[in-house]
Amino acid sequence: MIGKNEGFELWEVFVRARRGLSHQHVGSLHAPDAEVALRRARDLYTRRGEGVSIWVVPSGAVSASDPGEKEPYFTPARDKDYRYPTYYELPKEVRGL
Amino acid sequence: MTSVRALTALTRTLKPLDAYALALGDDALIASHRLSEWLTHAPDLEEEVALANIALDQLGQARHLLGYAGRSGGLTEDELAYQRTDREYRNCLLAELPNGDFAHTVLRLLFFSAYQKQLYAALGDSPDGELAAFAKKASVEVDYHYEYAVSWTLRLGDGTEESHDRASAALAELWPYTAELFAQDDLVSELAAEGLVPDPEQIQGPWMEQVTDVLAEATLGTAPSGSWRPGGGRAGIHTEALSYLLGEMQSVHRAHPGATW
Amino acid sequence: MTTLAESGTVSRFEALIAADERIEPRDEMPDAYRATLIRQIAQHAHSEIIGMQPEGNWLTRAPSLRRKAILLAKVQDEAGHGLYLYAAAETLGVTRDEMLAALHTGRQRYSSIFNYPTLTWADVGAIGWLVDGAAIVNQIPLTRCSYGPYARAMVRVCQEESFHQRQGYESLYALSCGTESQKAMAQDAVDRWWWPSLMMFGPPDTESAHSSKSTAWKIKRHSNDELRQRFVDLCVPQAEVLGLTLPDPDLRRNEQTGHYEYGEIDWDEFKAVLNGDGPCNRQRIERRTAAHAEGEWVRRAASAYQAKQTGAAR
Repeated sequence: MIGKNEGFELWEVFVRARRGLSHQHVGSLHAPDAEVALRRARDLYTRRGEGVSIWVVPSGAVSASDPGEKEPYFTPARDKDYRYPTYYELPKEVRGL
Repeated sequence: MTSVRALTALTRTLKPLDAYALALGDDALIASHRLSEWLTHAPDLEEEVALANIALDQLGQARHLLGYAGRSGGLTEDELAYQRTDREYRNCLLAELPNGDFAHTVLRLLFFSAYQKQLYAALGDSPDGELAAFAKKASVEVDYHYEYAVSWTLRLGDGTEESHDRASAALAELWPYTAELFAQDDLVSELAAEGLVPDPEQIQGPWMEQVTDVLAEATLGTAPSGSWRPGGGRAGIHTEALSYLLGEMQSVHRAHPGATW
Repeated sequence: MTTLAESGTVSRFEALIAADERIEPRDEMPDAYRATLIRQIAQHAHSEIIGMQPEGNWLTRAPSLRRKAILLAKVQDEAGHGLYLYAAAETLGVTRDEMLAALHTGRQRYSSIFNYPTLTWADVGAIGWLVDGAAIVNQIPLTRCSYGPYARAMVRVCQEESFHQRQGYESLYALSCGTESQKAMAQDAVDRWWWPSLMMFGPPDTESAHSSKSTAWKIKRHSNDELRQRFVDLCVPQAEVLGLTLPDPDLRRNEQTGHYEYGEIDWDEFKAVLNGDGPCNRQRIERRTAAHAEGEWVRRAASAYQAKQTGAAR
């Protein structure tokens, strides 16, 4: 079995950043099942609002599973400004940050 | 700068809706703090990310509610969070109980997020525009928290014998504390009568239905029986745990009076 | 070293490297390339996970709700970075379990900077400015590393890392403009974290044994000293804006080269920490192994549940 982690399968994650774009492979993660994999993928790969849709595929399958498109599920609020570098007020003179 | 003594007087004279918001804000703040204690020793690296995500959502809710509650008295979110004593905190006891194992955290989150889910759904209809808008946004977050808690409740309750036993133990310990979530007091009754906030008795029914369904599906049986119903959090009568929590949380802030960060 | 060159023709691997193209998981590659990358990526991932501990130490005591949120987001990102990197390493055929076992037994390492304690709130700011700053200097070149999954993971990491450094700097700035006790706290933190941050770039070029293969395979694109100099040159003016001093009496600008010369690094301290005798080595690993052990019943429960569901479905 490819990359088993104490019984947790390895899943490939594909994220569609915006409506109109196709799903892009963004990486992988471990999960015991698809439900947990989808949730983990949402937490890991879309913290900064980078996705409207996520697919997870068992690495061994290498074919697309049913897309799990649920709009409210993948709209993490963009109110966590502190995740973005522009949020920080730095003195004007400083360079290199 | 507002001194602690003046703070006490101010929080005692908060307008009713502000006092109400403060209680909800304290719930979220303390719940968030307990979740944040899991960082660096969650059961899985992926759970580190998930628990931090929920803690951040709850912290965001707390900041919003504390900001709302303090505004008319000129109190900042930090003054409220870091300069009140535990006798002035209004969170429910469920939120402040020390972390047990992961089953304890999951079941606590199940009860708490299910409560917030019902509460915020109803609060979204409040004639107070700001609270209603807040509740609508927060509903999206707590729906996710609830899903997370349900997912783990099922896996722990119906996983291995050990996980089932741990989940049962957590259920037995936490259940008595859920009653307080729906307790009536003068403040809430008055506000509910005016239609400004949900009546706790009206959200208790749907809450009970939801959690008993989840517990049943998780093979954890029905809710424990017993008449002990600890409470008092809304009146500032807490468990001994809160004092330690706040002692730690407020320590750096209090060590540098008047400082900004 | 295993070479794929056959009868004088250049291998596909070597041609890709020469053309500055990416090597992808299914490409043929020398065993030593694979092994070097597994070690480097795994150790990078371990660093992110262990790195959560020194900063996580102040999570429950953050002195304002805004700082609390920022720190929580940062520590969360570090867990995420560790996960991206473990995922990248797994494309090379190693499993997460194998890597964690290597960490727990000391076979694989993590950045020695995280073996120092965070003694005050200001340490969180100092780590953001200096440690994340050094990490960024190290990591930006890795976005052009020859191995595709590693390079792509690094792009994501670098984008997220930029907020990490800024929040630290902003926090230190607030301290240094604050009360006397805050300013003293900030200066003390910088005094303790400066030299270990310089050590993050590794031993001096004259003593680095392993670099040549890594350079040839375009895994390592700059020397230790080159990157260390880049870091110093960035930090000195930044320290001036902060109004804090760096604990190096030999620090001075060389007008001819335009670089800042700095004093002698205590390489004995570096070696001691690397070998396990830093202030926090044992504590960091114990925390990690305890977390993994305590989490076992949870992971087993999730697997058992899944097995029941697939069993029931038949």
